[in-house]
Amino acid sequence: MNFVGKGIPKIDGITIATGKPVYTEDLAAADALVVKILRSPHAFAKIKAIDVSEAEKMPGVECVLTYQDVPNTRFAMSGQSYPEPSPYDRLILDQIVRYVGDEVAIVAAVDEKTALRALELIKVDYEVYEPVLDFEQAIGHQSVVHPEDDWFCNFDTGHDQDRNIVSTENLQIGDVEAELANCAVVVEETYYTQPQAHAMMETYRTFSYLDYTGRLVVVSSTQIPFHVRRQLSRALEIPASKIRVIKPRIGGGFGGKQTSVTEIFAAIVTLKTGKPAKIVYDRKETFCCSTSRHAMKIKVTMGADIEGYIRVIDIDGLSDTGAYGDHGSTVFGLVAEKTLPLYNKTKAIRFTGHAVYTNKMPGGALRGFGATQGTFAVESTVNKLAAELNIDPAEFRLKNLIKAGETCLYHGDEQLGSSTLHRCIEKGKEMIGWNEKYPSKEIGNGRVRAVGMAVTMQGSGIAGIDTASAEIRLNDRGSYTLLIGSTDMGTGSDTILAQMAADVLETTVDNIIVNAADTDISPFDPGSYASSTTYVTGMAVVKAAEDLTKQILQTGAKMLAVPVAEVEFDGQQVKTLAGDKIISLAKIAEVTLVGPDHRQLVGTASHGSPVSPPPFIAGFAEVEVDKLTGKVDLIDYVAVVDCGTVINPNLARIQVEGGIVQGIGYALYEDARFDKNGGVQTNSFMTYKIPSRKDVGNIRVAFEQSYEPTGPFGAKSIGEVVINTPAPAIAHAIYNAIGFRGTKLPITPEKVFMGINK
Amino acid sequence: MQITTTINNKPVTLTVTPDEMLADALRTQGYLSVKKGCDTSCCGLCTVWLDGKPTLSCNVLAFRAEGKQITTIEGVQQQATEFANVLVAEGAEQCGFCSPGFIMTVLAMKNELKNPSEQDIIHYLTGNLCRCTGYMGQLRAIKKYLGVA
Repeated sequence: MNFVGKGIPKIDGITIATGKPVYTEDLAAADALVVKILRSPHAFAKIKAIDVSEAEKMPGVECVLTYQDVPNTRFAMSGQSYPEPSPYDRLILDQIVRYVGDEVAIVAAVDEKTALRALELIKVDYEVYEPVLDFEQAIGHQSVVHPEDDWFCNFDTGHDQDRNIVSTENLQIGDVEAELANCAVVVEETYYTQPQAHAMMETYRTFSYLDYTGRLVVVSSTQIPFHVRRQLSRALEIPASKIRVIKPRIGGGFGGKQTSVTEIFAAIVTLKTGKPAKIVYDRKETFCCSTSRHAMKIKVTMGADIEGYIRVIDIDGLSDTGAYGDHGSTVFGLVAEKTLPLYNKTKAIRFTGHAVYTNKMPGGALRGFGATQGTFAVESTVNKLAAELNIDPAEFRLKNLIKAGETCLYHGDEQLGSSTLHRCIEKGKEMIGWNEKYPSKEIGNGRVRAVGMAVTMQGSGIAGIDTASAEIRLNDRGSYTLLIGSTDMGTGSDTILAQMAADVLETTVDNIIVNAADTDISPFDPGSYASSTTYVTGMAVVKAAEDLTKQILQTGAKMLAVPVAEVEFDGQQVKTLAGDKIISLAKIAEVTLVGPDHRQLVGTASHGSPVSPPPFIAGFAEVEVDKLTGKVDLIDYVAVVDCGTVINPNLARIQVEGGIVQGIGYALYEDARFDKNGGVQTNSFMTYKIPSRKDVGNIRVAFEQSYEPTGPFGAKSIGEVVINTPAPAIAHAIYNAIGFRGTKLPITPEKVFMGINK
Repeated sequence: MQITTTINNKPVTLTVTPDEMLADALRTQGYLSVKKGCDTSCCGLCTVWLDGKPTLSCNVLAFRAEGKQITTIEGVQQQATEFANVLVAEGAEQCGFCSPGFIMTVLAMKNELKNPSEQDIIHYLTGNLCRCTGYMGQLRAIKKYLGVA
């Protein structure tokens, strides 16, 4: 293997780093209309009257749209394969507004200033309803967030519209109550996790225009071009064949761009006016009017026997999906799906609870996707149980965690295909100095140092649902074009897919043109989410490359007039095993494109996986707590990762470091806070604090490679699993320092201070 | 109003409105390397040099650049590419959206600080946020580029 396993630079790296104009806004036409949105000041209200006459009269205003001017087919904005399990509960503009910031009117004008001025001229008369702001009061609240009679969901997710319930979980395997009664030790704890913002550097933005045939072209910073095409078709009531979605370079996504946000507003303006239109959300809109990680309440009951085996895990949760239900049921499901399989000595497991509507900014997909919330709750409980049993938490895990080849209650007979998690724990203990530092050490001056740990898993793609396709063409001089529909949002997935194709075809990455993603050109791909690109699209690329290799062999053999069994391909030429006849790849490429009886060689493949093999991480935190003030400094963080075969060690390492830092923010200070009217208070980087260079201490990463038999070159995923361990590991370290268990994220200095001084 | 400036060593007359920020004026003029990420002078994406000093262009009224030397990454492509090669070799550009502003700050630091320590580097760059990389890879790249331990 010449490329897989090598830390080669990203194919787009130099271009983006040196500031070339390759992002959505850079590509927008200079004369594009500027689109701005009038937003609701109320958490829950009905528009009684709306007067846009003054705004429409303003010079430079091209169009003003209200709920009376848009189609009324309800749709979902979640990036999920059709049929989506998210409810169709949105309109482009609705007479009912459901959160502070919900869209009331769309204005397009010749420039930003005119559009903003026009917004001020729109007069709206609202009938204000009592909002549902506390998600613990949502079920059966007298206010119904979605009273409409055309609300629709493709599946029975256990929803109950009249009671604000989006989905219901009710899974039990084994007899939880009976097994709890048999346990020697039972612990119970209730956790609260906060909404987290994606805070990607490039805010949401879309540019649209009509092409030379009158089709709608939408250029957008999105992770889900094919899903966007389908959503737009439904929402705008036009055939999908009239829509083209192009994804240029993306300035970060983290799951935020797995939900469409701005696409529909630019698109409808272009359809109404026939003119190019662009919409660029400012940071405030991005914080207040897109999506966030779902806030949750998670109660975990866990029991162990006298020998220290975890026998029962019982999770009861409540997820705040906000005003719209995109990703509501699926994110909530992952709370259990990515935690229960870890501990497979259980005799009974249970997962119950609901995702509920409230009148707040919607929840959505964010790196980790429910597993993050679940991991915080379950791993914190494992640490608590270890303390009750007086067992070292690392030893406790080594004893209880699933190993490769084993099964678990949650997945029935399905065996775990690969895991080095036990080795990850051993390696991480060694790197952090666990045996010397656990649990804590007073270092004088009222300060104490301590270590904590957690483990986690995620998945690799969505088993049985998401299918990716890939196409590789042999071009006229012997170069290749790799066509994929996955969406590199900065991770380097275009590069690692090219590395895989290069190794199968025994060529160089430089010899492969990567094209992604354009719904007119690319083969179908759900998009880059659910940690699927390396694993699912990667396997499609490997299969397509193998298909093309086979065709090159067949064509070469035919040209050499020998049986195909007697030739081999070394990436440069097809030659007989005896070496007496040779034809170069360039010659094959040339001949296949000229004259009768020939055709261009194109390798194609689709791949979906019946399983979603988990990557694993063991995370270890070392903190220093100031007992006088409650301030927590993160000194050191060690993450040891099993993502199967590491395709590109540099890019994988950065994925880990970046995810850990987002997890650190989630653990210690990131928090989307709401005011009493339901508006987001933390609407800028002044108030919503993401980690800066000074906040992260030292982060050290190591890989313990496994080999996943179902993955391309043995690879599993890396993108999401990396964010899950910091919150429980840091909370554990703080507990070991001062005896306070942080159960409500983020664990701010004031919570620590109050915990010390209880 | 019209202002006379020097952009990347070329004299340029810009037509700007009194309330226009320099970042917007530069983008309008075609300097599309200039990104905006926050609207509150927190993120560092819009960093350009004003008379050689790294400056947040989203936070400076365009007319204040009258008579000044403005440098964007388009004007220092050679040095930028030299550092970008090291950054990209580390995998630490990721989405790249913060890279131009970040690189402008790194190059300014190189001009300004002699033998910076790790603490000096981190301090100088604290105003440049990045959501992708976790900062470690960027630090590794800077140390390699500057040849400091």
